[in-house]
Amino acid sequence: MPNKFIHDFIVTKNIELNVSHFILELLCPEPLPKINPGQFVEIKVEHSPSTFLRRPFSIHEVNLQNNTIQLLIQKKGEGTRQLSYLKKGDRLNLIYPLGNSFQIVQHEKVLLVGGGCGVAPLLFLARILKENGNEIKILIGAKSKDNILEKEIFERLGKVFITTEDGSEGTRGFVIHHGIWRQTPFMFSKIYTCGPEPMMKAVARLAQIHRVACEVSLEQTMACGLGACLCCVVNTKNGNVCTCTQGPVFLSEELTGWTH
Amino acid sequence: MANLTTQIHRLKLQNPVMTASGTFGYGEEFADFVDLNRLGAIIVKGTTSTEREGNPYPRMAETASGMLNSVGLQNKGIDYFIHDIWPRLKKYKIPFIVNVSGSTIEEYVETAEKLNSIEELPAIELNISCPNVKEGGMAFGTSCTAAAKVTKSVRDIYHKTLIVKLSPNVTDITEIARAVEGAGADAVSLINTLLGMAIDANSRKPLLSTITGGLSGPAIKPIALRMVWQVFQAIKIPIIGIGGIMNATDAIEFLLAGASAIEVGTANFIDPTITSKIIDGINDYCERNHFTSVKDLVGALIIPEQTVDMNIS
Ligand SMILES: Cc1cc2nc3c(=O)[nH]c(=O)nc-3n(C[C@H](O)[C@H](O)[C@H](O)COP(=O)(O)OP(=O)(O)OC[C@H]3O[C@@H](n4cnc5c(N)ncnc54)[C@H](O)[C@@H]3O)c2cc1C
Ligand SMILES: Cc1cc2nc3c(=O)[nH]c(=O)nc-3n(C[C@H](O)[C@H](O)[C@H](O)COP(=O)(O)O)c2cc1C
Ligand code: FES
Repeated sequence: MPNKFIHDFIVTKNIELNVSHFILELLCPEPLPKINPGQFVEIKVEHSPSTFLRRPFSIHEVNLQNNTIQLLIQKKGEGTRQLSYLKKGDRLNLIYPLGNSFQIVQHEKVLLVGGGCGVAPLLFLARILKENGNEIKILIGAKSKDNILEKEIFERLGKVFITTEDGSEGTRGFVIHHGIWRQTPFMFSKIYTCGPEPMMKAVARLAQIHRVACEVSLEQTMACGLGACLCCVVNTKNGNVCTCTQGPVFLSEELTGWTH
Repeated sequence: MANLTTQIHRLKLQNPVMTASGTFGYGEEFADFVDLNRLGAIIVKGTTSTEREGNPYPRMAETASGMLNSVGLQNKGIDYFIHDIWPRLKKYKIPFIVNVSGSTIEEYVETAEKLNSIEELPAIELNISCPNVKEGGMAFGTSCTAAAKVTKSVRDIYHKTLIVKLSPNVTDITEIARAVEGAGADAVSLINTLLGMAIDANSRKPLLSTITGGLSGPAIKPIALRMVWQVFQAIKIPIIGIGGIMNATDAIEFLLAGASAIEVGTANFIDPTITSKIIDGINDYCERNHFTSVKDLVGALIIPEQTVDMNIS
């Protein structure tokens, strides 16, 4: 039985969130296989001659009833700009589902920390964690109020805390400056994070101080996404391993230089 | 259905489509996308006598119509391949070819010797052209004396099909091709990646941890095609064409230029099913153009009368 697939999906929605972020909803031509939070897809970007390789994106949410997946995408360069032009009915070639996934705990108090577009894999994760009886809090960091993504949707799954760099909403500063980290006793038994690497490293250190396991989702640049090219490695306790197959989710303590 | 079988020395292939080392893992990574038993052969990742960690991240940069890599031969070593990987691959009915890499002649010889004793592995590809290791690698492929010496040393102990993979990072690739032919190679494969570089102007930093790396993909195809054509004029042993093959038409161009078979590399990253499509495409081309055998395509380039061949002096 294959567990990775390649198919032309059909765009069912392209929702603009703000000037630089959008959500693509994609209909799978075949019944969706089992997909777990943290997994990603590799997209072939058409009509963009400068985008040679596929582009990796986390799976933002899965809807088995509609047989659709959602991706939350930030416009970074040419490839993502081209994707932002997609319209309902357009086709998009995907390799999916790729990578490992977050470990789903049960009946625990968990904290999800997302920076910027790093909230992308956390929505699907939050829903599954909730279905597994966990109590969820979500800490979202953004540059400013306009860049906070999907706050209302996360609020349906747990209490949401906000930090903004300019102080336009929530606590002023980065996610690590939020008061939640100074509570005693620290109420969480597990942390999940995705966002810019310096942010995730800082969160991993706080998790270590509080003696709580922390899972991070990495974004190494990838060529194949299948474990064949060995371009996407990260250095771990077990040497260089592929982020696309052994990751993208790692326990922070496995990663060289992430904890002390 | 045209006859797609081809032969590289004693190695018989059901069709001329192989996968390039370092771009197809051990084949298993692609088993969900391609029926591996359809392929001509699978050339596995560069393998050294002992385990290697490779170069630090970042190891890849996308460039115009291609990519740079500086993986640097990360692999678990030949013993691990023989004991832990090869037993899993045996179930496939196609030839697996190990890409033998190294830093010293002794290292190449040690690895080749171990592979010589495994009966079901019919051939090796001697990688004397890796631009991403500090010692050895490409150094062997850029001097005629060194290329001949390493080829001869491996030839002495390796008794099956010996393919030598050539580096394009030389002034005249035909000299190297002649040198390895003279030293006992049964075939040559070309080209490995071209040495290149990428810079992030905003950070003013190189994009690779090694500053320079190997360029692959369609960007290098014209150079690869030219080199295959030149080498075809220079030697008698079979040639395997590699470099930027993205579809069946590209593959056919290499056959016309003189390659008896081809390897598909970077294209596997963009379309993991591409090898299968290339096999079908070659068959279609043969049928459309009334070639009963793919062998008739090899070197079948038509040179119009008024052509001035700059390669013949
Ligand atoms: C496993 C994984 C999951 C990801 N999930 C998401 C997601 O859910 N949403 C999202 O918006 N983005 C995600 N990314 C990042 C996304 O892949 C890149 O932003 C995208 O490839 C940029 O393509 P581009 O052509 O627009 O930009 P390019 O022109 O290629 O580059 C623009 C900038 O983006 C950076 N970039 C390029 N490729 C990557 C990469 N693979 N990772 C990080 N930065 C890169 C470059 O350094 C460059 O500065 C993910 C990356 C990985 C590896
Ligand atoms: C990520 C990557 C890893 C590679 N590793 C090897 C290797 O281990 N040994 C080798 O001989 N060639 C290696 N190559 C070179 C390819 O086998 C091939 O010669 C080259 O990429 C040109 O073909 P292409 O343009 O079709 O990719 C590698 C290429 C890439 C892109
Ligand atoms: S991207 Fe090729 S091995 Fe991970």
